[in-house]
Amino acid sequence: MSIVQNTAETKTGGTPPSGLSEFWYYFSRNKGAVIGLFVFLFILFMAIFAPLVAPHSPSIQNRDLLLMPPVFQQGGSWGHILGTDAVGRDILSRIIYGARFSLFIGLVVVTLSVVSGVLIGLVAGYFRGKVDTFIMRIMDIILAFPSLLLALVLVAVLGPGLVNAMIAISLVNQPHFVRLTRAAVMTEKSKDYVVGSKVAGAGTLRLMFLTILPNCLAPLIVQATLAFSAAILDAAALGFLGMGAQPPTPEWGTMLAEAREFIQRAWWVVTFPGLAILITVLAINLMGDGLRDALDPKLKRS
Amino acid sequence: MSLTREQKSKPGKLTMKKLTTLLAATALASMMATAAWSKTLVYCSEASPEGFDPGLYTGGQTFDAASRTAYNRLVEFKHGSTELEPGLAESWEVSADGKEYTFKLRPGVKFQTTEYFTPTRELNADDVIFSFERQYKEDNAWNKYVAGASWEYFAGMGFPELIEKIEKVDDLTVKFVLKRPEAPFLANLGMDFASILSKEYADKLQADGKMELLNQQPLGTGPFTFVAYQTDAAIRYKANQDYWNGKQPVDDLVFAITTDAAVRAQKLKAGECHIMAYPNAADVEELKKDENLTVVEQEGLNVAYLAYNTLVPPFDKVEVRKALNMAVNRQAIVDAVFQGAATVAKNPIPPTMWSYNNAVEDDKYDPEAAKKMLEDAGVSGLKMKIWAMPVARPYMLNARRAAELMQADLAKIGVEAEIVSYEWAEYLKLSSAKDRDGAAILGWTGDNGDPDNFLDTLLGCDAVGGNNRAQWCNEEFDALVTKAKETADIGERTKLYEQAQVVFKREAPWNTLDHSLVVVPMSKKVTGFKMDPLGIHRFDGVDIAE
Amino acid sequence: MFRFIFGRLAVLIPTFLGVSIIAFSFIRLLPGDPVMLMSGERVMSPERHTQIMHQLGLDRPIYIQYFDYLTGLLTGDFGSSIVTKRPVLDDFLQLFPATLELAFCAIIFAVLLGIPAGVFAAVKRGTWLDQSIMGVALIGYSMPIFWWGLLLIIFFSGYLGWTPVSGRISFMYFFPQVTGFMLIDSLISGQAGAFKSAVTYLILPTTVLATIPLAVIARQTRSAMLEVLGEDYVRTARAKGLSPFRVIGVHALRNAMIPVITTIGLQVGVLLAGAILTESIFSWPGIGKWMVDSVFKRDYAVVQGGLMLIAGVIMIVNLVVDLLYGWINPRIRH
Repeated sequence: MSIVQNTAETKTGGTPPSGLSEFWYYFSRNKGAVIGLFVFLFILFMAIFAPLVAPHSPSIQNRDLLLMPPVFQQGGSWGHILGTDAVGRDILSRIIYGARFSLFIGLVVVTLSVVSGVLIGLVAGYFRGKVDTFIMRIMDIILAFPSLLLALVLVAVLGPGLVNAMIAISLVNQPHFVRLTRAAVMTEKSKDYVVGSKVAGAGTLRLMFLTILPNCLAPLIVQATLAFSAAILDAAALGFLGMGAQPPTPEWGTMLAEAREFIQRAWWVVTFPGLAILITVLAINLMGDGLRDALDPKLKRS
Repeated sequence: MSLTREQKSKPGKLTMKKLTTLLAATALASMMATAAWSKTLVYCSEASPEGFDPGLYTGGQTFDAASRTAYNRLVEFKHGSTELEPGLAESWEVSADGKEYTFKLRPGVKFQTTEYFTPTRELNADDVIFSFERQYKEDNAWNKYVAGASWEYFAGMGFPELIEKIEKVDDLTVKFVLKRPEAPFLANLGMDFASILSKEYADKLQADGKMELLNQQPLGTGPFTFVAYQTDAAIRYKANQDYWNGKQPVDDLVFAITTDAAVRAQKLKAGECHIMAYPNAADVEELKKDENLTVVEQEGLNVAYLAYNTLVPPFDKVEVRKALNMAVNRQAIVDAVFQGAATVAKNPIPPTMWSYNNAVEDDKYDPEAAKKMLEDAGVSGLKMKIWAMPVARPYMLNARRAAELMQADLAKIGVEAEIVSYEWAEYLKLSSAKDRDGAAILGWTGDNGDPDNFLDTLLGCDAVGGNNRAQWCNEEFDALVTKAKETADIGERTKLYEQAQVVFKREAPWNTLDHSLVVVPMSKKVTGFKMDPLGIHRFDGVDIAE
Repeated sequence: MFRFIFGRLAVLIPTFLGVSIIAFSFIRLLPGDPVMLMSGERVMSPERHTQIMHQLGLDRPIYIQYFDYLTGLLTGDFGSSIVTKRPVLDDFLQLFPATLELAFCAIIFAVLLGIPAGVFAAVKRGTWLDQSIMGVALIGYSMPIFWWGLLLIIFFSGYLGWTPVSGRISFMYFFPQVTGFMLIDSLISGQAGAFKSAVTYLILPTTVLATIPLAVIARQTRSAMLEVLGEDYVRTARAKGLSPFRVIGVHALRNAMIPVITTIGLQVGVLLAGAILTESIFSWPGIGKWMVDSVFKRDYAVVQGGLMLIAGVIMIVNLVVDLLYGWINPRIRH
């Protein structure tokens, strides 16, 4: 959601990382980032191997064990470590499977919005003039709506569901990439190396993609990380409002929405899916901070 | 209280004076000091009223907020039942051919006196005629007084085709002439859209060019006088001092609009309201445990069903429908979806309704027998769709969950079910199509307590392609309910309806799922609240102990 | 400066048109038929359906509908709700103060807590204090606020019983809504305890809504401060022996504020997005909840008018931020 504020900082950055080892050196100096990385890898592992890791199927209903509390509370059992939900499904398993959805959402949204945003931004920043004005007006229009509201209405238009939620979130995320790319391209374009290759006869596409783009990557990577976590949050919010993934999909936001009626009686159905969202988003944001430290020379401290 | 008031009186008073000139409703401010002393009943309602003219809307929250507080009707439902009793009409007569209804109005009924209007005359026949004519006479100035006024219930109950004319016999006598005999007509007059408004007030608004206020500042003869509505937050009433049936025991009534059921429950527990609407099924047990609260329950006037499409094979075969009915464990659905706050249905009408046939034998849950029955019918490898509503309704809180349970049950007899859903408006439309693919979960909440409102409306031949989601037209059944509709004698009607229920069960166009309980949790301090089978929350006669 | 203002205003016109086209066409694309919903489970006859469509003007060619809509907008007519039949603008004006009050309190809360936290973290850079402040900020920044709201309700309202669950003020109090801001109205009313009541109702929603802006402001302040603290003039000031308070409070903070102010300006959109969730959870009668409810009710006209109005508010706020920024920092005018 709060992606914009980073633009100002990252605008001036943009020197490419000088080698993987240097990157890792700076990245690993940020302890939080390393922790984030490991947590993220752990979640990723869970997501990929969900069928092996999860103790139960996420959809099998055990009608004898409705709303069973987690193991550490009276009445809980090791069979269902985090308890069961209203139709007797194992919450831990649903959360593990849910990781698949959240990571998938993040990945798709980031890919969609980065690819489209970068392309449009490149065009706008490279050609300027009327094309630029037109594109930026459209971006202004999109940004004139609160992102979540726009996504909500978009999903309502397209029909509630995971795929449509992803499309909607990509669309509202994309202007940030357009603006970022455009700004970076405009800075780079006047630099000597670009002018040089232009003089040397490089074509437009070559200039755009091979000369300029790689030099704008650093802020984009940082922004993409942030967009990844924002996408997970937005998708969960849409799910929570009933417009995202539809039950019985074990998407975390949807689980929360379903659990909401049990807020008084079964705290665990409400608490754990939310905690899963928080931990995942936190891990990614920690990584994002580390990436920024490592990629943004201005903040590099020696 | 008075102490602090004095301390602050100076700046307060200054501004106050300014306000009096600015705002119309400021005399209310004078009741500030007494507010704390008067008896205030707070009700946590589930949604904002759509407006305050009951004729325009269909939402239960609107009826609770507007028609049952500010207004009365010619006939009223007895508190806590679907029986009728005299309301603004003291008595009535029905002509022998069943086409003329003559009502004697109660004399001396006063309209409420409010900040915005002071009535000069008492209720008379003009008010009754005005209240109805505006709903169907297109040349009536009030027919389109708000953008998109459409008088949904009036049309829904078939009044435009039913009413020939409404006549003023004298000041206190009104005659309704119908185009055909219709036994449920009287019950329909007890419904909210039939509330009686003040013509004098309407005329005044029309003269002032402020017609839209009729829908914002209600004025009727009802037990509570409207004070103010704060959009999406609260509605305030005070007891009508001149109420024809005596002043209410509480002085003030507040609707605290709280859309989230969990939050409503919290507020009730915290003492922020005295009565709450529609608790989450999951919270009921917890609320029952609270020693400051009482929870009353009653079967609602509703039914949820799974309607097969009887026009599409193999669902045109009774045995197939029966077999599928037997394969589904409905008790499990009631448990999982309602946490017990519902009962398994066997008839299409709820048990609180007259003519409910308790002798009908329900389909037993028996997967083995069901499997065999399917095989005998020559059906194997059946694939079907189950339509699940996308929204929670009182009769089905979570259609998705119910559909998942059915899916699992059907899998056990080798039927592969796919769950489909559509956006709600689409769902309503598509589910009534004659060529619908699959069985649809849907339900009905009774409007007027008359069995006709279920049996003919939902299962009659005329309703195929419309409200008859099973697309089921059975001559025997249809003849029974049509005859009952034209018969005035209630004993005879009862027999006809009982028979119709037997036919229904034999033919199994639906799997009758449940009748949900209407649950109203309230503070122990509340006395005199009666459950209403129509699902309405009425506050006349309610008191709070100090 | 005049040219700058004029230029910005000129840009608003096409944006406004674009926004109106989007709001208008979205609503035509919404699946589901609001007229159908009017009668609920009772199926509406096709004749009656046609009649109502006609009455609402929904059967006219789309461009005529749009043109009508546009001329309506220019005369301040945002249409009428299909469900309540009330003018959209009336509802908006009634509900907007509630959102504004909540958003205002949230931003004040976020600024009052976020800036000192950021400054503190920057000054104590690298210490455990810095790390814990930034850790908490990052958690706040990563928070799914709809869940956060539920947790706060469970704990503070349910378990401890300290705060009311939802609403704007206790029903004990009733007074005319002069400004629409409960805090101000309760003071004007002169009723004892009313203001206090309004405050207790505001605490939880404010906290929830402020969470993300607070985290963002704290992080932004810290990094802006770090940058400024490294600059020559601050070093010089330090070397001259000025007290650390003067150095940080006067020289550094003032310069660090420019990006922070932009950040705050940019939070308006975030706040309105957050208001959608916060208001839904706390039954706060504001425009966020109003919009969500209307989307679910398929209330065409309200979603359309609401989108326009909200976009309008954001556009105006962005303009003001832009102008302020241009005024503070003349370099960006060109």
